[in-house]
Amino acid sequence: MPPFPLHLVDELGETGSYIVYLLIGFAFGYALEIAGFGNSKKLAAQFYFSDMTVFKVMFTAILTAMVLIFLVTGLGLLDYNLIWVNPTYLWPGIVGGLVMGVGFIIGGFCPGTSLVAAATFKLDGLFFALGAFFGIFLFGETVGWFEDFWYSSYEGRLTVPEFLGMSTGGVVLMIVVLAMLAFFGAEWAERFFGGRPATPKWRYSAAGVIVLAAVGVFVIGQPDTNDRWDWISDEKEAQLANREVQIEPAELLDLMHNHKLKVYMVDVRDEADYNLFHILDAKNIPPEAIPDRIDEFLEEPANTVFVVMSNDEKTATEVWKTMVAESVVNVYILEGGINNWLTVFSDPEGTPCTVCPSHADEQLHFSFDAALGSRHPMANPSQDVFQLEFTPKVKLQTKGGLSGGGCG
Amino acid sequence: MATYTLDKAVSAAESKTAESAAKPYVHPYLAGILLGIVLFLAFFLSGNGLGASGGMNRILVWGEDKFVPEHINRTAYLSDIAGGDVNPLKNWVVYVSIGVPIGGFIAGWRNGRLKVETNRGPHVSIRSRWLLAFIGGAFMGYGARLARGCTSGQALSGGAVLSAGSWAFMFAVFAGAYALAYFVRRLWL
Repeated sequence: MPPFPLHLVDELGETGSYIVYLLIGFAFGYALEIAGFGNSKKLAAQFYFSDMTVFKVMFTAILTAMVLIFLVTGLGLLDYNLIWVNPTYLWPGIVGGLVMGVGFIIGGFCPGTSLVAAATFKLDGLFFALGAFFGIFLFGETVGWFEDFWYSSYEGRLTVPEFLGMSTGGVVLMIVVLAMLAFFGAEWAERFFGGRPATPKWRYSAAGVIVLAAVGVFVIGQPDTNDRWDWISDEKEAQLANREVQIEPAELLDLMHNHKLKVYMVDVRDEADYNLFHILDAKNIPPEAIPDRIDEFLEEPANTVFVVMSNDEKTATEVWKTMVAESVVNVYILEGGINNWLTVFSDPEGTPCTVCPSHADEQLHFSFDAALGSRHPMANPSQDVFQLEFTPKVKLQTKGGLSGGGCG
Repeated sequence: MATYTLDKAVSAAESKTAESAAKPYVHPYLAGILLGIVLFLAFFLSGNGLGASGGMNRILVWGEDKFVPEHINRTAYLSDIAGGDVNPLKNWVVYVSIGVPIGGFIAGWRNGRLKVETNRGPHVSIRSRWLLAFIGGAFMGYGARLARGCTSGQALSGGAVLSAGSWAFMFAVFAGAYALAYFVRRLWL
């Protein structure tokens, strides 16, 4: 498994993690200041083409970080699925962006740069920061009026490569090349509109390095599910063999009644079996559709427990491997599948199977008169009737790096 | 020859009044590379990117919660941040946001750029500049929360990890500013 990102709270404790974040913020503020972002005139000049510093700094930063990130994910050092990718809410993002653009040209800063300006005693920066606090306050008080819009056009963890249907390496290389052309255009515009850009020779070498690195990203590629499974297969095969992740039906029933958890049941059987009978609230997702749902699983809250089920265990186990390989946490398999569930809860005594039925043929071994789905009484057995003992196996594991919200 | 020396003298005098003893800013590409390395390290070490307005939001709501806790609990958006016993300061972005002005201060101090001043266009009075900065800030703060992130949390961070929404957002910010720039040119030129 890739060693990064670190789980800072586990490694350093809560206070320790905050110190790291404080240092990251310190470096961020320092870099903004030396770039000249504490000076509103320099920032505003961007929009009159005489000084394209904002564009140059921002895009160089994005290119540098992007190339480094996808180099290390490609090399298996960093797990892309565990880093925070801003979920897409397309229209609120675009409208918010336009409003911010207006604020930028009127006020001369963005929130981060105004903090830097205020810290270096620029009074316009201080007033801007106060205004930003006021705007943030106003938003908190008014978002209730248009909440439907604020949650609209949600696309989840949608990435540019997914959107364009290209490989990640291809997109990285394309962005780098386009940015180089844009830098060339920016320098031309600066000269045309009366600016005097410093044009040191080393910037050609820097451009060469970054293009080469992007070619490297393209050539190395990104790990697929199989590569990801290979990283962790020894440990995870052992868990499967020791039956650490197969939970008894009684434990699932208990989870369903645990209000501190969100139980996400993934029923991977075919639609016909699902329509005949399924556990209350289980979602029918065929195995081949699982890869497309990974982004959605990754966005579930940290207290989510996934339980994968098929008629027996075979298909569920394959799906479990895919999900675990893609860094979804807290994934379990329903022991003995739906057949076992029905066996356990069809007996009023609820005798748990000692030797679980090992039909590996993934057939539903019960017949139903009608396709009742989750209206069947056994879809949600009463805990009062079935007070069953079980060996608890679910241990809630917190997510690695993800703690939600870039500017959250 | 004569004009050349005059030009030089004027620009020297200007830079003396504007930034006495201030060191020049780092070249944009170099500053961008440094900023990019910081951004990369943030993702590499913690899995999170950078942020500013999110931390400002949480600090603000933390303050509000001291005065009007019932109001916070009754407003869905605010309650998610600080409802009941939830401490809005227990979030990474708060500490990044606190680090930003500290880093900015140290950089300004080391480079002789700590100076009480109001940067403004030549045709704008100091008072108007303050008012405009406040109004611009209000737009910016409102828009940043609407877009679920500011230039740091959406454009830089989301851009680097190739979030589709962040790229759309980034173009919208530039589009908004460029669309209005011509009409407010008297503020800056």
